[in-house]
Amino acid sequence: MSLFIQSLINGLNQGAIYALIALGYTMVYGIIRMINFAHGDFIMVGAYTLFYTVPLMIHQGMPPWIAVFIAIVVCTVVGVLVERIAYRPVRAAGSMSALITALAMSLFLENLAMVVFGANPKSVTGIFNLPYLTIFGAKLQEKYLLTIGIGVLMMVGLQLFVKKTKLGKAMRAVPQDKEASVLMGVNVNKIISITFAIGSALAAVAALMYCSTYPRCTTDMGSMMGLKAFIAAVLGGIGSIPGAMVGGIIVGLVEIFVKVYVAPGWYEAITYSLLIFVLLIKPSGILGKSVGEKV
Amino acid sequence: MLELKNVEISYGAIQAVRNVSLCVKDGEIVSLIGANGAGKTTILHTITGLKKASSGTITYDGKDLLKTEASKIIHLGIAHVPEGRHIFPDMTVTENLEMGAYIHNDKEQMQESLKEIFERFPRLKERRRQTAGTLSGGEQQMLAVGRALMSRPKILLMDEPSMGLSPLLVKEIFHIIKEVHEQGITVLLVEQNAKMALSIANRAYVLETGSISMDGDAKELLTNEKVKKAYLGL
Repeated sequence: MSLFIQSLINGLNQGAIYALIALGYTMVYGIIRMINFAHGDFIMVGAYTLFYTVPLMIHQGMPPWIAVFIAIVVCTVVGVLVERIAYRPVRAAGSMSALITALAMSLFLENLAMVVFGANPKSVTGIFNLPYLTIFGAKLQEKYLLTIGIGVLMMVGLQLFVKKTKLGKAMRAVPQDKEASVLMGVNVNKIISITFAIGSALAAVAALMYCSTYPRCTTDMGSMMGLKAFIAAVLGGIGSIPGAMVGGIIVGLVEIFVKVYVAPGWYEAITYSLLIFVLLIKPSGILGKSVGEKV
Repeated sequence: MLELKNVEISYGAIQAVRNVSLCVKDGEIVSLIGANGAGKTTILHTITGLKKASSGTITYDGKDLLKTEASKIIHLGIAHVPEGRHIFPDMTVTENLEMGAYIHNDKEQMQESLKEIFERFPRLKERRRQTAGTLSGGEQQMLAVGRALMSRPKILLMDEPSMGLSPLLVKEIFHIIKEVHEQGITVLLVEQNAKMALSIANRAYVLETGSISMDGDAKELLTNEKVKKAYLGL
């Protein structure tokens, strides 16, 4: 029982991280129908920012997690610049060009990081110094509960933002009808930039949550995590915000439970099998809306 | 006043609009009639910046529209009801209307506009929580008009509002155009339904393969032999 509860919390913690990353994929896909493969690398940028700024915060006598605000700024700037410099010029050239550009951007960021930060892994320590909590005999890390809480807060906040605010409505309107959006006075480029900014800011928060769980950053951490979060986004239904959350949580739970109850080496195989299985039954993903090709 | 002078528009090598000059004075209803492919929609698209002109000038109250970014044109008081309605299918009726008031930040004013639109279109009020894609063609057209009115425009550009609607609904739409006009909104109407378009307009232009072949008082055009033969099927 205690092992189960512990795994559940670990899985939700992992899932919340994947969900936050998946939100970035899904939001960008939702607005410009493009998979931003460099999104995972934004997390890497966030993690390295934390590596450099957490000690500064500690030195200043501030709580170390305040560094996340610097990471948010850095990631947002990187995300918006990547869109402005790399993606926007090829946007009219079709989805294949966009896809290749995104892959290139991912490689570029990883290799740039290797030049700037070096190839050795760095360790980010002491973001949250919280005690353990014992529930039903299970020893739980409070920071995991905190991570889950932050994750839920972010997702609910984002959903409210998209549903209720004017900007959120514009973000939904643009992919539905770009021309009509322009006629309403929506500056499409601005909305796309804002979407990248929000996705990248969420990546920074995900970096904080990841580093508090696994205090290690490497230059390729983003592509590995990005891939799993991408799977989460597709599993949940790419383009759907609740779908990204559901997909993220499922991928996180499957990963931890397979590691604990089956065998550590099996979780990827099972995650991918699950993805194939879901896509066979519902190609648009769990909460995805099936749309026919528009003519 | 909306004024086009010597406007030329092309799609690649194909010139769609040649040397078109026309004007719409404040308070008028002006109809632009012509057959399929004459370039009517292209002209409207160029006025609101969705399409670039290759030469000529378009001004509204002295402002150069060709140098104004597309998303800024609605700020000048020009609303465009596009051909094929172009509503946001996955948003609710209310959300569509709210998008119409996107350029306005005054929440109270928006609620008031919303109330007015719902009074004018009771069907939209009934269906306000439905997603717009589930509406019938006529209701979608009402929504498109309502959405454009939400921006509180000075001039309304309407592209084929009667397209695909039953005769009864066509009548209703034209009745709405009249009402909108009586409220003081200038209307530039693009139509294939020449009879209806001429009967409500003050003036009209006839567009033939990209250039204006006739223009003048709408009532006179209605009795013009050439117009009768080519567009009214008489």
